[in-house]
Amino acid sequence: MTGRYALRFGALGYLTVLLLVPVGLVFYRTFQHGLHPAWAAATNPQAQHALWLTLIIAAIAVPLNTAFGVVLGIALVRHRFPGRGLLNAIVDLPLALSPVVVGLSLYLLYGTGGWLAGLSEHGVKILFSLPGMTLATIFVSLPFVVREVVPVLREIGTDQEQAAETLGAAPFTTFRRITLPAIRWAVGYGVVLTTARAIGEFGAVSIVSGRIEGKTETLPLYVQSQFDSSLGVDPTGAFAASVVLALIALMTVLAMRLFRPSAASLAMPLRGRGGFAGAAVSTRPAGRMRSVSETSGSKEEL
Amino acid sequence: MGITVVEVTKKFGDFVALDDVTVAIPEGSLTALLGPSGSGKSTLLRVIAGLEDPDRGQVLLGADDVTSRPARARGVGMVFQHYAAFKHMTVWENVAFGLKVRKRPKAEIGRRVHELLELVQLEGLAKRYPAQLSGGQRQRMALARALAVDPEVLLLDEPFGAVDARVRKELRAWLRRLHDEVHVTTIIVTHDQEEAMEVAGQIVVINQGRVEQVGTPRELYDSPANEFVMSFVGPVNRIGDTFVRPRDISLGLEPDGDSTEAMVERIVHLGFEVRAELVRDDGQHLLAQLTQEEAQALELERGLIVYLKPSRETVFTP
Amino acid sequence: MGTSSAVAVSRPGAVLGRAGGGLARGIAVGYLSLIVLVPLAALVWSSRAQGLGTFWDEVTKPEAASALKLTLGVALVVAAFNAVTGTAIAWVLVRDSFPGKGVVNAVIDLPFALPTIVASLVLLELYGPSSPFGVDLAFQRAGIVLALLFVTLPFVVRAVQPVLLELDREMEEAAESLGARRLAIFRRILFPNLLPAILSGVALAFARAVGEFGSVVLISGNRAFHTEVASVYIFGQIESDNPSGAAAVSVVLLLISLAVLLAIGAFRHWRTRHDR
Repeated sequence: MTGRYALRFGALGYLTVLLLVPVGLVFYRTFQHGLHPAWAAATNPQAQHALWLTLIIAAIAVPLNTAFGVVLGIALVRHRFPGRGLLNAIVDLPLALSPVVVGLSLYLLYGTGGWLAGLSEHGVKILFSLPGMTLATIFVSLPFVVREVVPVLREIGTDQEQAAETLGAAPFTTFRRITLPAIRWAVGYGVVLTTARAIGEFGAVSIVSGRIEGKTETLPLYVQSQFDSSLGVDPTGAFAASVVLALIALMTVLAMRLFRPSAASLAMPLRGRGGFAGAAVSTRPAGRMRSVSETSGSKEEL
Repeated sequence: MGITVVEVTKKFGDFVALDDVTVAIPEGSLTALLGPSGSGKSTLLRVIAGLEDPDRGQVLLGADDVTSRPARARGVGMVFQHYAAFKHMTVWENVAFGLKVRKRPKAEIGRRVHELLELVQLEGLAKRYPAQLSGGQRQRMALARALAVDPEVLLLDEPFGAVDARVRKELRAWLRRLHDEVHVTTIIVTHDQEEAMEVAGQIVVINQGRVEQVGTPRELYDSPANEFVMSFVGPVNRIGDTFVRPRDISLGLEPDGDSTEAMVERIVHLGFEVRAELVRDDGQHLLAQLTQEEAQALELERGLIVYLKPSRETVFTP
Repeated sequence: MGTSSAVAVSRPGAVLGRAGGGLARGIAVGYLSLIVLVPLAALVWSSRAQGLGTFWDEVTKPEAASALKLTLGVALVVAAFNAVTGTAIAWVLVRDSFPGKGVVNAVIDLPFALPTIVASLVLLELYGPSSPFGVDLAFQRAGIVLALLFVTLPFVVRAVQPVLLELDREMEEAAESLGARRLAIFRRILFPNLLPAILSGVALAFARAVGEFGSVVLISGNRAFHTEVASVYIFGQIESDNPSGAAAVSVVLLLISLAVLLAIGAFRHWRTRHDR
């Protein structure tokens, strides 16, 4: 069975070289000169502002995308209407689109000569300011909650909802007591992905923010500006900020593992009919592959 | 080609699936491996097929020891419970698969596949995909596929489990006819004793990894080796240490010698047979089976007091 | 958009109710329009604002054309490479077992979770001028390929894994009992069933590679005509105050993205046609 070992070590070797070594390096380089410089670099006012800004943007974008994600998901699955396919495709678009293109579109829309340029003349500043950056972040992190919710809604079907209806529940009650609990793990997973994307966004925000240091710099942008200003000589500042981002990424990976809706849904959040085909396998509670009508999605380990 | 299994043991972790099993399957026979879930019958089949390796023991096909030979080199044809159809290939391609893998000439493949599809009555469906077939049709395709490579031995793992009841009956009859025509040594695994009795010429009863008895359906019914075989092969009443078949309980309206008294609790009409559920004074429940005429003669009804006496008893000496 | 246009659940009181359903759709469409459609429409509009002639000139300008060609070339290489490595990794994760497999499985998600700029920084440090390995891929196309391999890693793996898991093992056993060797089983049974999933993953990886910005921006050095990819070119055009140039090339990228989405839809359609 040497074929098996060759494949295993080949695959693991590739992963080590490509993934583990780089990430390990982040931590090494940061603390290379000791704990103190790293700490100083991570806690200077500019860095703190960048972190704060990043978190605020995420705090706005994620709940919005979550709420609309659930609404969108229900609209896509439970209702048939003309243009449903198109709506589906638009939802998927941010996943296939370059962030630079996203940033440019917003720049053209809200900038001078754009259709909504009038807003800034009335005092509503979109570009080079929080609103613009938030809009860009919402754009790129839009699909995740929808994509997770759609297959689950499809899988559980309308049986439970109809049962609730025959028992006298009003539509919103049904939604609150039956539908929402059924999709809560899918939503949770979607939220994790959305948050990760929102925090890590670089290209789109870079364009719309103008990268004004101390004012419109998110943490990823701060990493770049630190790198540029250090001219690659002592990038401790950049690495310190990177460590923060890497730690957030590791927590994201852990959260993904925890929330992952089922053993079969190891696919990227790009499933479900009307979306990417990665694996059009519906989400089911792990370890109970056949029991589809559980209201509380179980979250067993893989 | 006959099959002999010699002292085969197979464990999965701590679980003993087969415990020192020795069995001889005559050439050209249609043998059933009968047992409850988890008895080891599927494992035994897979060991014969070469899909599992026994921890101890040997498998012989004819005179050859094939224990260390992989499945593909054993010349067995296998049919799986859930068809294992190659869903991305047409019916024709499915049946042709074994021949293509052996690199037979195209003309020969064409001829053989056509022959087989006719044999299993799927001629018109050659270009369809398995998803477009019914369960019964898929299983017939699976059989044709297995027969295509002229196996010495045909192994069927609960082949009719996934189809509905009516189709199952048809397939059983059909399998019997097929075996009469083709005469390949065939082993069928089933947990359904009715199926085993109906289809097989010889039955191997397996329980907890051990062979309980080997015999014809008649032998198993009339001369069961132990309690397990007797109760597995048909309903049975246990009175103390004796076992009595429902058919062998005779009922009368008057006491007769050492007959015991019982009350009729419930009557179920099963076509031309009648089943009476009886309860004795001491609370023991018994089952009696009579013909319509016998029931009518007694004017059998709920609440009636009858006197029963076994006309035939079986006792097993340990 | 009338509230009684086709509704799947036809009884009143169904989830969210009829009016509720219409409201939900309205909100959904409004949100999507504001966030996605209107900006993209503005983009397309700007790109043709100075006429199609200018559009074409901007796209076929030497630097732009070179950037586009490089982007497509690199994306194809990366996608093809991922087809093989992604499938192999998915295979190992599903069919093999070894201590720490759960960790490895989780780690696959890392490129997705990690901000692209961090990836860029790290890869530069590892394989650039201050590399501990003695290689220097900075300002080279190989550096770009490396960065893209990093960020596109999860796509094929995650696309293939569930399909491999769901694959009926009995099919392989049946093939084996019919005489097929391992290679034949892979070629005739496994591969045809995995292909649509692989292609979907590849398409996603391709789309990501085409549009990738953050992870290549540091290691590529953005040398025009040599290591400048389309997204970096666009960025540069914005900085040098040539929005129409940026818009033109962006529209090309947008069209590529749409084409990829179409392809993925087609693969999924192809994939499910054999399902029971």
